Amino acid sequence: MAELVTLTIDGKQITAEKGTLVIEAAKKIGIEIPAFCYYEGYSLQAACRMCLVEVEKMPKLQPGCTLPAAEGMVVMTDSPKVVEARKSTLEFLLTNHPLDCPVCDKGGECELQDMVFRYGAGESRFTEIKHHANEKQWSPMVYYDPARCILCYRCIRVCDEGLGVGALGLTHRGVHAEITPSNGDHLECDECGMCIDICPVGALTSGSYRYKSRPWEMNHVGTICAHCSNGCKTTLSIRNGEIMRANNRDQSGINGEFLCAKGRFGYDFVHSEERLQTPLVRKDGELVEASWSEALALVAKKFGDVKAKGGKFGVVGSARTTNEEAYYLQKFARQGLGTANIDHRRSGDVASLLNALAGKRDALATVADLYTTKAALVIGSDLSQQHPLLAFQLRANYRHHGSSTYTVTRGPVREDSYAARSIRFEAGDEIGALDQLREDLSKHASVVILFGDSVKGGDVAKLVAFGDSLGVGVKYVCLMDYSNSRGAWDMGLTHEYGPGYEAAEQRGLSLPEMLAAKDLDVFWAVGANPLADAELGSNDAFVVVQELFLTETARRADVVLPAASAYEKNGTVTNTCGEVQRLKAGAKVMGVKTDLEIMGLLAKEMGLDLGIWTPEKVFEEIRRTVRGYNVQLPIIVTGGAAPTQPVSGQLAVLPDVSLVRSAEDTLFTSGSLGRYSKMLNAAMEAPGKLYKE
Amino acid sequence: MLLNQPHPLETRVLTRRFEYPQKNPIWVDEFVAKQGYEGFRKALGMSPDEIIEEVKKSSLRGRGGAGFPTGLKWSFVDRKSSKPKYVVVNGDEGEPGTCKDRVLIEHDPHRLIEGCLICARAIGAERGWVYIRGEYRFHIDILDKAIAEAYERGYLGENILGSGMTFHLSTHTGAGSYECGEESALLESLEGKRGNPRLKPPFPATVGAFQCPTTVNNVETFCAVPDILLNGGDWYHALGTPKNGGTRMVCLSGHINNPGVYEVPLGFNMKRLIEEIGGGVWKGRKLKAVIPGGSSSPILTADEVDIPADYDSLAKAGSMLGSGATMVCDETTDMVKLLARVMKFYAHESCGWCIPCREGTAWLAKILARMDEGAGMTRDIDMIDQLATSMFGRTFCALGDAAAMPTMSIVRKFRNEFEAKIGSTEVFVPAPGTQPLVVL
Repeated sequence: MAELVTLTIDGKQITAEKGTLVIEAAKKIGIEIPAFCYYEGYSLQAACRMCLVEVEKMPKLQPGCTLPAAEGMVVMTDSPKVVEARKSTLEFLLTNHPLDCPVCDKGGECELQDMVFRYGAGESRFTEIKHHANEKQWSPMVYYDPARCILCYRCIRVCDEGLGVGALGLTHRGVHAEITPSNGDHLECDECGMCIDICPVGALTSGSYRYKSRPWEMNHVGTICAHCSNGCKTTLSIRNGEIMRANNRDQSGINGEFLCAKGRFGYDFVHSEERLQTPLVRKDGELVEASWSEALALVAKKFGDVKAKGGKFGVVGSARTTNEEAYYLQKFARQGLGTANIDHRRSGDVASLLNALAGKRDALATVADLYTTKAALVIGSDLSQQHPLLAFQLRANYRHHGSSTYTVTRGPVREDSYAARSIRFEAGDEIGALDQLREDLSKHASVVILFGDSVKGGDVAKLVAFGDSLGVGVKYVCLMDYSNSRGAWDMGLTHEYGPGYEAAEQRGLSLPEMLAAKDLDVFWAVGANPLADAELGSNDAFVVVQELFLTETARRADVVLPAASAYEKNGTVTNTCGEVQRLKAGAKVMGVKTDLEIMGLLAKEMGLDLGIWTPEKVFEEIRRTVRGYNVQLPIIVTGGAAPTQPVSGQLAVLPDVSLVRSAEDTLFTSGSLGRYSKMLNAAMEAPGKLYKE
Repeated sequence: MLLNQPHPLETRVLTRRFEYPQKNPIWVDEFVAKQGYEGFRKALGMSPDEIIEEVKKSSLRGRGGAGFPTGLKWSFVDRKSSKPKYVVVNGDEGEPGTCKDRVLIEHDPHRLIEGCLICARAIGAERGWVYIRGEYRFHIDILDKAIAEAYERGYLGENILGSGMTFHLSTHTGAGSYECGEESALLESLEGKRGNPRLKPPFPATVGAFQCPTTVNNVETFCAVPDILLNGGDWYHALGTPKNGGTRMVCLSGHINNPGVYEVPLGFNMKRLIEEIGGGVWKGRKLKAVIPGGSSSPILTADEVDIPADYDSLAKAGSMLGSGATMVCDETTDMVKLLARVMKFYAHESCGWCIPCREGTAWLAKILARMDEGAGMTRDIDMIDQLATSMFGRTFCALGDAAAMPTMSIVRKFRNEFEAKIGSTEVFVPAPGTQPLVVL
């Protein structure tokens, strides 16, 4: 327990740990000390001088952001001297700051505006000509207007300290000082746009949003990013059904202040010109537009006929549709169509992990655990590229708590820069490489082990045995690719397992087997594009595809049903750590239906009774029936993340691990969605490579 | 090469080996012949605490401008730390009007090396740097040669003079920033970073160069140390006034008959300094004002200069001894122009780190340039004072204060001159040299 001190702020007594910054101590008792450069979690600057406070027995005003609380200290945050100092600081700031608020992107949500409103003077005495510098484009994502910049250095710090990229620096001096990319005139970085989010003014603006809308014209919808498996909350700003921007305005998600390029700029696939907005039906060898009723009737009839004659179905689900859709799809296939041929493309072997955990509870790490664990071991993943939030958490843990990170990877990764130890291995040898780390890891009170697709099957069991041998608390993260990769497993979108890893009554065909089969009657792909890199073996199969775009699979289809994206629907998804979070519909795209609705309508058309197909009802059923998913509803409804552990210990059947393969997406690729994001493709770094050279 | 002749009223300690006219720097043979490195030899026989005690006794105070007691500063260095300790010499000499460090290096470079060695002995350092401003190329060459000589003769390197002590010294070139004269900015620059000042505390004595305990002192301060060790702290102390020991270098400049660098005891009367050593105001004119310690020290009017020039007396008079740059203004001096020029300097040199200094200096420079052009407005006068007051004591480092202090003093003491510059119309005229926002 740290030493406690009692100090007085504005007449209120407060007890705080010795060394607590006065600005933080004041916050605890509801007193705001205004500041620009101070940002919790990043290094102290004391540059903006906005937080100056008066302290008894100190002749000069003191910056509250660097002043440690001391016993008996008497602080005044609203004395006439302090009020005057704030006024003059703001007056100084506004001398060279362009007063272009009516056209500034930040207008309405600008910290400088708010500060001037609350603490500023009523008039300006500055009558000279302002210093001006021209706006610059640093990358397709990031623009910088030096005239608006107040030099709080938040962007430099978030990039350097938060991301470990260090793409920004400071050049020139005095009023000419400005933020400059380390490359001189352009960025070569993660393009995460965190600098834009953290900028208190309109100096850093987003390439996809700038000068398009006013903040108050939009509705802000907090939902979960549609791209990778980390499950960051992204806030969509919607105007007339259109996503104008995505950012981290609502920092309430598991990602806190973090958001990467995909979550921030990768939403634009939603409004791509190539979105399918009407069903397509193959007539005379050509896909032609059709009405929903025509298309659904056609599919329902075909499904009914094939089912009646005992034909062969092949059903492929997606790692991106919601839990409800995945659950409903497997139910549709197994109960409605009576087929066991159902699968999806799997990118991590979570089944073997659950099997190997052998009765352990709380053995799956959450995203929050990565920030508090004493040590982390990353095996076979370029975390900063593939799992940027997890990488951010580990780095923040290292910065704030001095945790140790160990990397066991095929090539150099960014984590090496602060890793306690880095080990390179030849493919297939990662478990052997671990022995070298046993001694180091067992020194830490808690360890989180993160492993990629190269650790699967028996290796997972060996890994868990290794974890057990450390004799400390070990938690695991099975790294997977997409927003609901974990949920697809949990909901039973595999030929081995039903929901909650119950062994499937009958083991059907796996995805490669379906593709290879010569006698499929129906091939049904929901949000999946298996024909991107494979041929369908059965020439006569009737192919039904629910998709956003005319993908390779959709081009082969007999009926294409235009589906809604994750940003247009409600439901839940489960991230790679097994945390269930709620999707909220934001955007509206004309002509499309959610996969759940499509399936529901098909079921109705076929006269099947698969239950009500609203997301809420299906989720209720999931909570009732799927092991581990009986999560507390208030957590989900209020936008929280509820951890799940469907099962721990012996599974009745073991998974087919030969099917586990990561797509190895980088920061700028995201499966078929990434192909339709102009912003992601515009990044100079795209598509990038895993592992630095 | 010194322009001025020595003056009989000088007390020559630091300059005692100087030759007039100077032919060459005093190289190692001549230096050793004239008691060179004897202070250091004596220090080798003393414990670190004894050395620091001796320096404390001398009441030597930092000659860079702030006047912090040197012995105390050395005693703050965490000698028990397992990290290496460093000696850093501040030879940035950026304060306008100051030219003493260059004279010391130019004439007697080994004196500085000896001072560093004694300090290294006292704080347990094995590595030191002399940070010299880039403009002093000529002096860097002299010092480099002197350092090479010292290595050759075994005064630097390993096992110095058979004592087992190790000390390495080299020069490091600044790149032309006033701010790098501030010790923490200097350390940043030394480490190869942008010369922004650091957050204090921690002070360099605990976290200095490369995160290690470091002592940073001015060239003149280090140069005073050898004689303190040689003759004792008490001897040095007795040269000056009770709380202000020793001698100091004065850089006399401005409207004066004999400008130059002189060495006088602390507490030497400023009026006598100007009239007797400096030969009085030039062209038979009357004295108007004196800037006593570099451009950042508050100005003194002719009536205020009959005081002993030491740290305490000047502080009492509302100014400061600063870096020893004493600039004399005759009766024809245009105080608005003077302040405009000074502020142009500070606006140019502000690093931009904190808001009041960055924006305040630029704003003041614009107002003053405009006033100087004859387009001043009545309200400008009070505003100049208010803006400077708003900067004073609220900036990240002392540069903001350095810009605010002369401004406040000049505008208050010479208000009539500002009033005389008010334009005939109260119409805003942009300051010259600024770029229009939009060019049509």
